[in-house]
This record gives sequence, C-alpha cells and structure tokens, in this order.
Amino acid sequence: MANNSSHITDYKVLTRVLLVLMFLTFLTISVTSYNLAAFTVTIALLIAGVKSFLVLSYFMHLKYESLLLRILVSIVFVLFALIVLITFIDYSYR
Amino acid sequence: MSDTNIHTEEHRNDDASKLGMWLFIFTELLLFGGLFLVYSIYRAQYPHNFHEGSLELSVTIGAINTIVLLFSSMTIAMALTAMQRNNKKLAMTMIVVTLVMAVVFLINKYFEWGAKFHHGLYPGSDLMALLERGHLLYFSLYFFMTALHAFHIIVGMVLLIVVLLRVKSNRIHAHKYVLLENGALYWHLVDLIWIFLFPLLYLIS
Repeated sequence: MANNSSHITDYKVLTRVLLVLMFLTFLTISVTSYNLAAFTVTIALLIAGVKSFLVLSYFMHLKYESLLLRILVSIVFVLFALIVLITFIDYSYR
Repeated sequence: MSDTNIHTEEHRNDDASKLGMWLFIFTELLLFGGLFLVYSIYRAQYPHNFHEGSLELSVTIGAINTIVLLFSSMTIAMALTAMQRNNKKLAMTMIVVTLVMAVVFLINKYFEWGAKFHHGLYPGSDLMALLERGHLLYFSLYFFMTALHAFHIIVGMVLLIVVLLRVKSNRIHAHKYVLLENGALYWHLVDLIWIFLFPLLYLIS
C-alpha cells in the first residue's frame, strides 16, 4: 500500500532530538542573560532557527518527506524573510 | 498497474491529506509571521520600552512552558511512531501524555496572566491606558500573541481528543493514521511558534 510507505522515526531519535532542543533552550536563556547588545537578539534568533529546523525535520518528518513539500516549506520561510526585509528597508528610508 | 488488486478499498490519498494540512500550516505561519513583523518593527522603534516590558515577565514560567511544549511535541511524535508500529496502547498513552502537557501549559499560562491581571495589567485596563506608547505596544502584543497561541493550544487539544477517540475505536489504525499524523503536525506547529515567542517576549535584553 503506497499510502503507508512513510518513514517511521525511532523513539531513540525522537528522544535525542528532545534532549538537543532542551539543551538549546537552556543555551538561549544563559546567552541572553549576558548583555551582548545587538548580538543577543541575533544569537537568540539563530538558536530558535536551529530549534525550529530540528522540529520541522524530525518531529514533523520533513527530512523524510517529498522534495516538493520541502521546497514548499522553504518557500514560506524565504517569503517571510523577504517580507521582514522589505518592511525594514521601507521603515529605515522613510 | 497490471495487478488485479480488487479490494473494496475506500478512496483516499494520504499524501494529499498531508499536503492539505501543510498548506493550512503555511497560512498559520504567515498569520503569526505578520504579528512577528509588527513586533519587530515596534521593537526597533521602542527598544527600551520593550526591554523593560520583558523584565516584567517571569523567565522561569516561560522556560517551564517551553520545556513542557517541547516534551509534548516529542510525545505526540512518539504516538505516531507507536501507531505506525501497530502499538495502539502506547499510541493512546502518548496522546494522553501530550494532552496532560497541554493542560499543564495552560495552567501555567493562567497563573502568569492571573498575576498580570492582579496588577491591573490587562487589555483595556486603566493601567494599560496610562502606559508609555512603547510599553503599551509591548503588552498589547504580549497579550495578543500569547492569547492567540493559547487558542491554538486549545484547538490542538480538541483535535487530539478526536484523534484519541478514533484510535480507541480503531478508526485510526496501523494502516490508516493520516489523521493522527495531521493532528501531530498541528501540535508541532504550536510548538514551533512558541520556539520563537519565548525568546522574543521573555528574553530580550
């Protein structure tokens, strides 16, 4: 049955991903407790990006999904990045 | 193909169902994306007010809720694995654990908001009206974004309860679990949004 040929993620993989996610959460908290000025936000967002990548890839199984779906998801994130970029350009040159 | 495989099989396409769920998730991402955009513009305009605002939130409660949601995301992923391996009992246990985690999250949120309300800080309150503009924007965004997120938690819980009942009555089984898969996807979305909400609202210095 073609409907059930999807990848099965092992419990161990899921547990490991959770541990990494928790580690990254503590890392964000400890990094942001230091005042590194503008870098704090950048680092916090970078870590959030890594965390969301892990959730998307392993918990949401994107790693094992079709290329079409992976491209679609990437397009949404690129689209959002563009919206933010264009809005900020607009605001800074008014 | 050439197989004369004539089953009385119902007409369904799991890949299409999943694609549909993903399209819905895209709209959700852009909905929250819009709010994150508003947040970043105002944060760039009122950095000090946003910083002061974030100091009034409890990082501890925020961190606990982050861990709770991450854990629940793993358990619902495990429920899917269990279902695919035809372990109905474990799948049900994992869905129940996910639901319990959702309740824990909401209870935390209740206390967090309760404390703010107690101090007279809630949308439309007299105190809110007296705040500086940047401060007002920060708390308005805080309440709106966390409330919208909490609403998604409740919707996700309803969806997972439906899934749980269907697993129980064998309408979801090892050869037909796309609803569980889509329910899990929705739950991961809720987690995904929180991954960005937590550092942006609680941890800005």
